[in-house]
Amino acid sequence: MRPSAPAGRPLLELRGVTKTIGDGLTTTLVADIDLVVRAGEFVAVTGPSGSGKSSLLYLLGLLDVPTRGEVLVEDRPTMRLGEAVRARMRLALLGFVFQFHFLLPEFSALANVMLPMRALGRLDDAAMARRAGELLASLGLAEHAHKLPGQMSGGQRQRVAIARALANEPLVILADEPTGNLDTHSSEQVLSIFRRLVDETGRAIVMVTHDLDLAARADRQIRIVDGRLVS
Amino acid sequence: MRLVLDIARTHVFSRVRQTLVGMLGVAMGVGFSVMMASLMEGSQRDFVTQLVDSLPHVTVNDERRNPPRQPAEDVYQAVAFSGLRTPVTRPGIRNPFAIMASIETWLDGAVAPSVVSRAVIRYAGRDTAANVTGIDPRREVHVSKLATQIRQGTLASLYKSSNAIILGDKLAAKIGARVGNTIALASGTGQILSCTVVALLHTGISQTDETQAYTLIKTAQILAGQTALVNAIRIRVKDILAARDVAARIEAQTGYKSVSWQEANEDLLSAFQIRNFIMYTVVGAILLVASFGTYNIISTITHEKTRDIAILKSLGFTEATVRSIFFVEAIMIGLAGTMFGWALGFVLCLLLGSIEFKSPFMDATHLPLYYTPVHYLLAAAVALLASGIAGYLPARKAAGVHPVEIIRGAS
Repeated sequence: MRPSAPAGRPLLELRGVTKTIGDGLTTTLVADIDLVVRAGEFVAVTGPSGSGKSSLLYLLGLLDVPTRGEVLVEDRPTMRLGEAVRARMRLALLGFVFQFHFLLPEFSALANVMLPMRALGRLDDAAMARRAGELLASLGLAEHAHKLPGQMSGGQRQRVAIARALANEPLVILADEPTGNLDTHSSEQVLSIFRRLVDETGRAIVMVTHDLDLAARADRQIRIVDGRLVS
Repeated sequence: MRLVLDIARTHVFSRVRQTLVGMLGVAMGVGFSVMMASLMEGSQRDFVTQLVDSLPHVTVNDERRNPPRQPAEDVYQAVAFSGLRTPVTRPGIRNPFAIMASIETWLDGAVAPSVVSRAVIRYAGRDTAANVTGIDPRREVHVSKLATQIRQGTLASLYKSSNAIILGDKLAAKIGARVGNTIALASGTGQILSCTVVALLHTGISQTDETQAYTLIKTAQILAGQTALVNAIRIRVKDILAARDVAARIEAQTGYKSVSWQEANEDLLSAFQIRNFIMYTVVGAILLVASFGTYNIISTITHEKTRDIAILKSLGFTEATVRSIFFVEAIMIGLAGTMFGWALGFVLCLLLGSIEFKSPFMDATHLPLYYTPVHYLLAAAVALLASGIAGYLPARKAAGVHPVEIIRGAS
């Protein structure tokens, strides 16, 4: 198991990050963002629709490249890194949970959770299967391990997606509206899991949400309006 | 790599209908290519075999490749001569048996003398022209398949009477002669011989069976009006591809024109080259068309799997890995198609081989097919290459998918 990062240590950092799209008529998604996500933090990002919350998350997660500024992962600048190295960092250090579960429909829950582990290749088959089983069990899905995503409820699928995000013991979980498609009970389950992860393992979580009640449960709230941090 | 294979296999097996269509496309391409290559090469080889078997591999004639120099040319230095008479030369090869003995010292094969002449055969009031070849039956069996082509008699029957003759069966039928009949043979020099038909010849090639007759050398010499005449030496070599070199060596050694079977059929062999080019072009085109099916399927799968590609990339799969997944899928379809294609090609060849083919010029026979692993490997190589390219293009496109755009669209 990966040792927890010392609480307060910077894991992800945005320095003067701006992201624009379009060639002629450009649109600014986020502008001049400075942000540090530290170990043991549960950060909620709120803001109106189209304010740049998800864009901020994709930049933090190395899924997108800023037009200007720098993204640091464990103090390491990433702007000049190649696609393969960024992909490797994403695989080893970050975990994503999206509003839609994005599980591979032809693979069982267990196989879906094993995917990032198999891509990383740190563990042997037996160890991967054991860890995937444990993750699913810890999220209350032990009996659903061999079901296909199509045979599970929305809440169950989202929990499988969380298990997959945790597979490689990432430093940071980046969640984009993870409860957006869930009922209240399932949303509460997901929030509890996130809380437990932060408190028990010292990982950091950055959760984008438009639900202010959910955001209130985080350690820190960031509000973004028109691509700029306002609080 | 196992992960790539697992994902590729899952994609391929979860789309059974599409996979089958793509696989069948490749299989048809490979199958028909194998069949066509087998048929084309089979017919070519069959033709060459017949050609090589029915004729000597090298024939030494009593001609010179270039006309001999006039004696005046050696004596005077002049721009042109007029009124010169071409010296009269006696037909036939000089010292034929000495030449044959000399050739036999180094040749890996057999040598036989012969006298080739033209004559008119008369029987029951009917005349027909024929090629009369005088042979030495004891030597002839080593240079041609004549002995196996004799019907109603044997090659040794030529020794049965003083002027024995073997006629092509169609030639005999044309004049109404049968074994035991006596026919008249008239040569261009005015010699007329009465010959007894002792056997019939059937080569299966109409032109030969209608015009060819064989006698002993001695009989042919009498017919030509020249005792001791040998105007052709027929040679059979063990390595038929060495015939050209053997002919060149004999020509250099004797000065007589020596023609290998390749030279005698140069035009046909050139035609085969063009034929082969056409064959491989058509085979390539068939497989290219089949590869469009693979392209279509991989394109469809990548299109349907755009969201999966995005999520794999968001998890940390590299572009190269994503590209590999779809490339491997194309190769899987290509491989499966190739294997079915091999089986299909083999079955098609068996079916074609069982069809009886009748020609007015030849005996009833089966379509000649040539079985060789080369055809299968060649078809497989082209099919896999085409599948690889057909898969690589959509795979490259899939790998370039920006996950953020897809994730935004799906959320």
